[in-house]
Amino acid sequence: MSAEKSVSTIRRIKVLLAKPGLDGHDQGAKVVVRALMDAGMEVIYTGLRQTPEAIARMALDEDVDVIALSSLAGSHIPFCTKLKPLLEANHLQDKLWVIGGNLPAQDHDALRQLGFAGIFPTGSKFDAIVDYIREHVK
Amino acid sequence: MNDRAKDELKPITNESGIEVKPLYTAVDVEKSGGLSMLGQPGEYPFTRGIHRLMYRKQPWTMRQYAGFGNPADTNQRFKYLIANGQTGLNVAFDLPTQIGLDSDDPLASGEIGRVGMSVDTLRDFEIAFDGIDLNKITVSLTINGAAAILIAMYLAMAEKRGYDVKQLRGTAQNDILKEFIGRGTWIFPVEPSIRLVGDTIEYCAEHAPKYSPVSVCGYHIRESGANPAQEMAYAFCIAKAYADDVIKRGLAVDEFAGRLSYNFNIFGNLFEQVAKFRAGRGLWAKIMKEQYGAEKPGSMWLRMIAAGGGGGLTFEQPEVNIVRGAYYALISALSGTQTMALCSYDEAYTIPTEYSARISLRTMQLLIEEMGLTETVDPLGGSFYVETLTNQMRQKMEEIMAEVDAQGGIVKLVSEGAIQSKVSAQAYRMQRDIESGKFRKVGVNCYRNEKEEEHPVEFHPYNEKDTRVQIAGLNKIRAERDQARVTQALARLSADATSGRNVMPALVEAVKAYASVGEMTNELVKIFGRYQEPIRF
Repeated sequence: MSAEKSVSTIRRIKVLLAKPGLDGHDQGAKVVVRALMDAGMEVIYTGLRQTPEAIARMALDEDVDVIALSSLAGSHIPFCTKLKPLLEANHLQDKLWVIGGNLPAQDHDALRQLGFAGIFPTGSKFDAIVDYIREHVK
Repeated sequence: MNDRAKDELKPITNESGIEVKPLYTAVDVEKSGGLSMLGQPGEYPFTRGIHRLMYRKQPWTMRQYAGFGNPADTNQRFKYLIANGQTGLNVAFDLPTQIGLDSDDPLASGEIGRVGMSVDTLRDFEIAFDGIDLNKITVSLTINGAAAILIAMYLAMAEKRGYDVKQLRGTAQNDILKEFIGRGTWIFPVEPSIRLVGDTIEYCAEHAPKYSPVSVCGYHIRESGANPAQEMAYAFCIAKAYADDVIKRGLAVDEFAGRLSYNFNIFGNLFEQVAKFRAGRGLWAKIMKEQYGAEKPGSMWLRMIAAGGGGGLTFEQPEVNIVRGAYYALISALSGTQTMALCSYDEAYTIPTEYSARISLRTMQLLIEEMGLTETVDPLGGSFYVETLTNQMRQKMEEIMAEVDAQGGIVKLVSEGAIQSKVSAQAYRMQRDIESGKFRKVGVNCYRNEKEEEHPVEFHPYNEKDTRVQIAGLNKIRAERDQARVTQALARLSADATSGRNVMPALVEAVKAYASVGEMTNELVKIFGRYQEPIRF
């Protein structure tokens, strides 16, 4: 846990929180932005309607530690399928990829295979998200 | 109650920030302003209901939100709901349609037919409403960014089927200002977006005077984090912004205000919700009469759909949402709504199955057939608590509206992202309170199942084939239609959008020529540009 490390030795965790595709539900994304900021992280929130290309570019340009998606309208699998090769092409596979939102359990394996190890379905707690990021950021 | 007992009570404040007492008497009613805004049902200020006999004469319309896949799939679901006693339709569109993309647009890939039915051209409407009598079943279109186009399409479809558009009833959501606050299916920048809403109101006032071109939504503002008093106050501010735009064009308030309608949310404290609706009816009537000089009673009516809100339902123990829905429906009936809808118990997971949609429908029918909710108007009227709270909620709403005005008005605050930031901060505090257990939510932070069981939720299948079918249909239309007529119609649309003329006649013409949603949207984007979302925390 990062709490055991000396604060001065770790740089602030930087998160890109993106809204993929056409989904307009941003209440969840916005509250998670606030929770991560309150936990001391630096958060770049993309706003709605980001393409896979835009997300990969921002993740690279901003040199983030975490690439987080919030998806509630059901298109997470096709979207992540498009995003994965773009993140890899930008050599971002060593970053932490996480996803939250309306993510049925039956899709979790597919999301893990697409590189999204941290999966936070609706109902996940802020602490669970924050702890996971702190533990898994390299 | 003696003083000692009072001292031992922890103060309780409702979500709107009003302190709730353990007991109310006539003194509280008097202190909160008395019964001067009560009146009689069907009479100004309509606190007790907009009609004299309310449900005794006709029960509320039942209008479940439905739509998915291709128009043919949706047509089947519509017919199923109607066969089960639903009395209105509420159409869900997929995201590409909602933001003006054709099904073959690369940005639409993976989203066709997913959260609603996909619509490219008039042909899709012809299929979706095939066999449905539009005079018997009123249709509500849940469409906002692309509303002007879809309203034109609905009117054209009805006309083509031989209906007299002057007599046609129905509703479009068409509330773009709330889309900037929550829901997010905007297309154009704020100013031209408001102009388009104004165009639809102005056009319908003349050509489809019984059609309701706008349903102003407190619903989604509440879902985004607003409290119940803010939900209604912000909705009124938004409705005023649309009314102001139309009045600037020279229309008299009584020429259009009777067709403005509302969409509100129901979850949370029962009494606060009932008081919200009673208070809102009185306040809206007062605003229309005193600020706008409305004379027709219809112009002062708060006509609404009150819908059992998704924001109250839980992912945990989804079956319990059936019971929540039943209480929301009860609140809706006690509130004197015109139309009712319920999010189904599985809606936190998926598009409702026929089974879960039917349970929602039966929930509302129970209230009509077994519980006596249609027999007496405003049954909670006269309760010391409800009357006091109604007065207090109305005062709260007035304060919030005054605050919006003092800060430069709703259009400015939405353009800057100030309202978005405010409600999102509240949503965050609420989520914190739920996680800490301060705000109780059954199955979430109390009474959790020891072992999370398999939830009895059946996922709505997404069919990849729908996309191919939809695009093939669009290509067929493009090949068969009179291209010269389309080009001419789109040129007229562009010219009218540029000159500031009402774009609705041009849209109706373009729709009839089978121009696509994407083609019409793109013409308007060329003139209006695209909205840039302000990011503010």
